[in-house]
Amino acid sequence: MELHVTLNKSFGTFSLDMAFTVQGERIGVFGPSGCGKSTLVSLLAGLQQPDSGSISLDGEVLYDSHGGINAPPEQRRIGIVFQRPYLFPHMSVKANLLYGFKRCAAANRTVDFDSLVEVLQIGHLLSRSVHNLSGGEKQRVGIGRTVLSNPRLLLLDEPLSALDDNLKFQIIDYLKAASAAFRIPYIFISHSLLEMRIMTDRVLAVSAGRIAAQATAEELARSQMGRSPIGYINLLRLDKPRRINGVSAYAWGGTELVISTVGDRPEALFELSSKDIILLKQHPDAISARNLLECIVADTFHSGNKVGVELACGDGKLVAEVVPEAARELGIARGSRLFAAIKASAFRRLE
Amino acid sequence: MPIFTSAEYMAILLSLKVSVVATLVSLPFGFAAAYLMTFRQFRGKVALDVAVNLPLTLPPVVIGYILLLLLGQKGFIGQHLLQPLGITLIFTWKAAVIATAVVGFPLMVRSIRLGMESVDERLIQAARTLGAGWLDTIVTVIIPLSFRGIVAGAALMFARGLGEFGATIVVAGNIPGVTQTIPLAIYEYTSSPDGDRMALALCLVSVLLSVVVLLLHEYLNRRIAKAD
Repeated sequence: MELHVTLNKSFGTFSLDMAFTVQGERIGVFGPSGCGKSTLVSLLAGLQQPDSGSISLDGEVLYDSHGGINAPPEQRRIGIVFQRPYLFPHMSVKANLLYGFKRCAAANRTVDFDSLVEVLQIGHLLSRSVHNLSGGEKQRVGIGRTVLSNPRLLLLDEPLSALDDNLKFQIIDYLKAASAAFRIPYIFISHSLLEMRIMTDRVLAVSAGRIAAQATAEELARSQMGRSPIGYINLLRLDKPRRINGVSAYAWGGTELVISTVGDRPEALFELSSKDIILLKQHPDAISARNLLECIVADTFHSGNKVGVELACGDGKLVAEVVPEAARELGIARGSRLFAAIKASAFRRLE
Repeated sequence: MPIFTSAEYMAILLSLKVSVVATLVSLPFGFAAAYLMTFRQFRGKVALDVAVNLPLTLPPVVIGYILLLLLGQKGFIGQHLLQPLGITLIFTWKAAVIATAVVGFPLMVRSIRLGMESVDERLIQAARTLGAGWLDTIVTVIIPLSFRGIVAGAALMFARGLGEFGATIVVAGNIPGVTQTIPLAIYEYTSSPDGDRMALALCLVSVLLSVVVLLLHEYLNRRIAKAD
């Protein structure tokens, strides 16, 4: 997918002024509430008209103020998954799913009904009224309805922000599965850096109606670390836990991580903040933290008033943060040897 | 209850006919006006709003007189549009339909508009991005979701039509068997020395019809709510 955008739109005192080109299948638009993310979605989908500018998707001009081109939303083939599912309340689940499919030209139908139902696991919901669905089921049907309309681009407009953590990661899996199975590129809009890391490869950072930066999700997470109250979030997918005295031990990077969360799943995603990793120059005689990992400094970076330290712990990688003074005292440089102490309770299971 | 003569039966039938036709004729216009005022932004929206609601505040007699001036032989529409086509409206049942439609129009538009305003804009946006054009969206999303408002608007217009008097008497006259509706017949009976019983009987018919309309409206409302 290749998207060229130059847009201007003013509302009272707020003005959106963006120019960017992005290529890729998993693009993110990241920024705080009110920065213009949802306006961008409306403008791309044709639900609002820009004051001026142009939009072209894969070489096709969808809007051009100079050329007098403004394709209506139904001709753009840009699907939206909204924050809430917005299912048609007067239709059954099946009728909702088929709404866009029936309106899609036969030549453009690459997603078929049965495959989608299987990917999203919604076969048992088809005959139900949309009023008899749980929040997660509604969102799955909403995703299915949009994907079945066979769009060439999906706009995922904060589709996870109204969901609790448990549901959020279920829906993430469905979104990724649907996008991958039917090869539909997407633009994922969110104010959550964690979601950006999981869902996207390339991110447009938006601030006050402008594109502030274009980077990978990883680069963005590192640049935001110093300003963020939660630091940099290390994401660890761990499996096959071993139970020892009420805690779980997971194989990781050639060693074991001891985590106090005891779950019943064989595989789980954990987050660990860079703030929860204590660095030591030497091995202590004894320490209360249940994880003491010998690491090599793979890289360092500056973010705000913090120094990020990328640690290679065997085959695993972690990012810790320290203040510059601590970095000097520890003699942190690429290749230096450190010990990382992490409490078993510092890990939080995400799914 | 006295036995009605054919004139009274004609008045009852004419009242029903005028109200039904006025409601059916007004529905597309009422829907269009409500749609424009709910979903579209355009210059002159305030003017349209005022024009639609004006009959609500004007005395019906004034509306009737304005219609008479417009549709009469020397009126702008009458002279330039109706006469060349050989159409005569004044003092016919069709004039009563127009008077009823104009007087009831704001009530119909208000109800439909309330129904439309309850439709979440995101549902409309979802339909558009799923490939539905605006007409398709109106038919498949807006009409079904604002159907209660449309039914309520039609019922209000119909009920208002049954009671319409002021504009009708000016523009259609009070000709028994031709333009005399129930209210006009009641008016005539109350003006004659022996007409009290007949006036009362027609009042009862009027009450009965209104109750039937309201009950029907309530029944439809419940059925729609159940279907939702």
